[in-house]
Amino acid sequence: MLPADPAGARRFVALRARLAPLAPAQAAPALRELASHVRRDDLKMVYRARLGHLGGDFSVTDILVTLYAAVLNVDPMRPLLAERDRLVLSKGHTAGALYTTLAHCGFFARQELDTFAAPQSALNGHPSRTKVPGVETSTGPLGHGFPVAVGMALAARLQGSPRRTFVVLGDGELQEGSNWEAAMTASHYGLSSLFAVVDRNQLQQGARTEETKQLEPLADKWASFGWEVRDVDGHDHAQLLDTFRRPGTARPVAVIARTVKGKGVSFMEDRVEWHHKVPTAEQVHGALKELSP
Amino acid sequence: MIQTTQATTLHDCRKAFAETLIALAREDDRIVAVCNDSVGSSNLTAFRAEFPDRMINVGIAEQDLVGVGAGLANGGLIPFVSAAAPFLTGRALEQIKVDVAYSQAHVVLCGQSPGMAYGELGPTHHSIEDLSWLRAVAGLPVAVPADPAQTVAAVRWAAAHPGPSYLRIARFPVPDVTPPGSPFQPGQAIQLTDGNDVTIVAVGTMVSRALAAAEMLRDEGIQARVLNVTFVEPLDTDTILAAAAQTAGIVTAEEATTTGGLGAAVASLTAQHRPAPLRILGVPRSFAPTGSTEFLLEHFGLTAGHIAAAARDIVAHAVR
Repeated sequence: MLPADPAGARRFVALRARLAPLAPAQAAPALRELASHVRRDDLKMVYRARLGHLGGDFSVTDILVTLYAAVLNVDPMRPLLAERDRLVLSKGHTAGALYTTLAHCGFFARQELDTFAAPQSALNGHPSRTKVPGVETSTGPLGHGFPVAVGMALAARLQGSPRRTFVVLGDGELQEGSNWEAAMTASHYGLSSLFAVVDRNQLQQGARTEETKQLEPLADKWASFGWEVRDVDGHDHAQLLDTFRRPGTARPVAVIARTVKGKGVSFMEDRVEWHHKVPTAEQVHGALKELSP
Repeated sequence: MIQTTQATTLHDCRKAFAETLIALAREDDRIVAVCNDSVGSSNLTAFRAEFPDRMINVGIAEQDLVGVGAGLANGGLIPFVSAAAPFLTGRALEQIKVDVAYSQAHVVLCGQSPGMAYGELGPTHHSIEDLSWLRAVAGLPVAVPADPAQTVAAVRWAAAHPGPSYLRIARFPVPDVTPPGSPFQPGQAIQLTDGNDVTIVAVGTMVSRALAAAEMLRDEGIQARVLNVTFVEPLDTDTILAAAAQTAGIVTAEEATTTGGLGAAVASLTAQHRPAPLRILGVPRSFAPTGSTEFLLEHFGLTAGHIAAAARDIVAHAVR
């Protein structure tokens, strides 16, 4: 297990304290800036490793940054504290976005990102629970994180704990049936502390989701499974923060976050080939310019 | 009712499982049961009556079942995830691999009615592949209790063991085979009879048959060493290699396919470290015909008579 980065953790705690009292719109600029840094580090990391999933990383970045920097009750110095909130990145192939976010929050040192995908690195292509602090369950094959998150929320309820559970799902991932098993279980048990956040970037590895296997009407699907549905712009930090802060009532909450795959880099945006393409040096140069905070 | 070669009282491992789980739940409020509409077939009705909140039923959804179990473990609970073994291990194999084993979640996977316990229900409901599949998964102990005493020990061991485990809980009643005070530890076999002529290595429902075979052989002057290894993974390598060295050879017996379970484990071990004549008894790589459990065990040569015949064959061909 990677050790925490005390200096980074201190900065994280200070940022959390600064953002906590702010209204979403006031907190948004700081979140936007952090997201820029996360995307830039992720880009450099993938370029160095010659491997990664930048398209999905960039569509989910604002969701992860908002959750860690302003929503989740977590402590990078004590990542296994019993009463922490839980976040599960079910779309594990976007480990790059998660690792970079965790490093910026002090869960481990940012230099560790240089080892991504290198032999013996803790930072595998998909996140491993036993190696990376902050990773609650190993993911990679799609359709795994959601049932585990349901179990986490059930545990909290059994223990009478107010802690919350967030699971971040890819939209293509929703073609896996296990998600709908989990959706039924969560609403059956009325798990209002559970948020399922769908990174709705409209693209999967091979093509658009609607060409591959239609997901729409997606909000209706969630509603019919007994969930409260919230529709947000997944790159609008104020909207994300507002929806994540608002607790669920009697039902679990599905947040359909409308996103753009490859967000922030013009030549990557909404292009299927950037699912796992690795940029050239020249492309990195151009992308870093676009991603300047 | 399954016949053994002698008039023996038969006991129910499922009952032992259910009673022990309830006793544990009274001692430790972290214990929860998770099932897939299998409250009855997992013998959890009494558990539900006493601990209604701690009985999570996810409905007929095995992927969800195992994932939810991993999430409960993440929350600090100790989930006993119980379902018919074929569906638990077959339908949710990737969840077992990733959510439980790779994540090292303290989940106790309880495979009910394994082997060919569901007889006439057919190959869809037989769980003969589970030992092969799960032996291939890293970080997951695979235990096959042979009688109620071992079932009790298995449940208690798994609750205390900080990582994942798979317990294969027999459906049909079996004779008691475990001497009082026997250890229950991964990688620790129990030697049930002394003998230096031939060794019989068995797990689960085959242990009592191995003992009956040894009795038949004793009448013929052949002294068989019977080992209940209990854990197919991790195997008691020292005890098996000693048997390979000290006896003419080894017969393995399991209510499972011969492709990757106990026999394959013993073969791999001995072939690499102490080659010895082997006879691997189990279900060959085939789907069972229609028939009762008793018929199928006979059909596939999983009786005391067949075990004794295999042992005799090793002794007859022994190069001394």
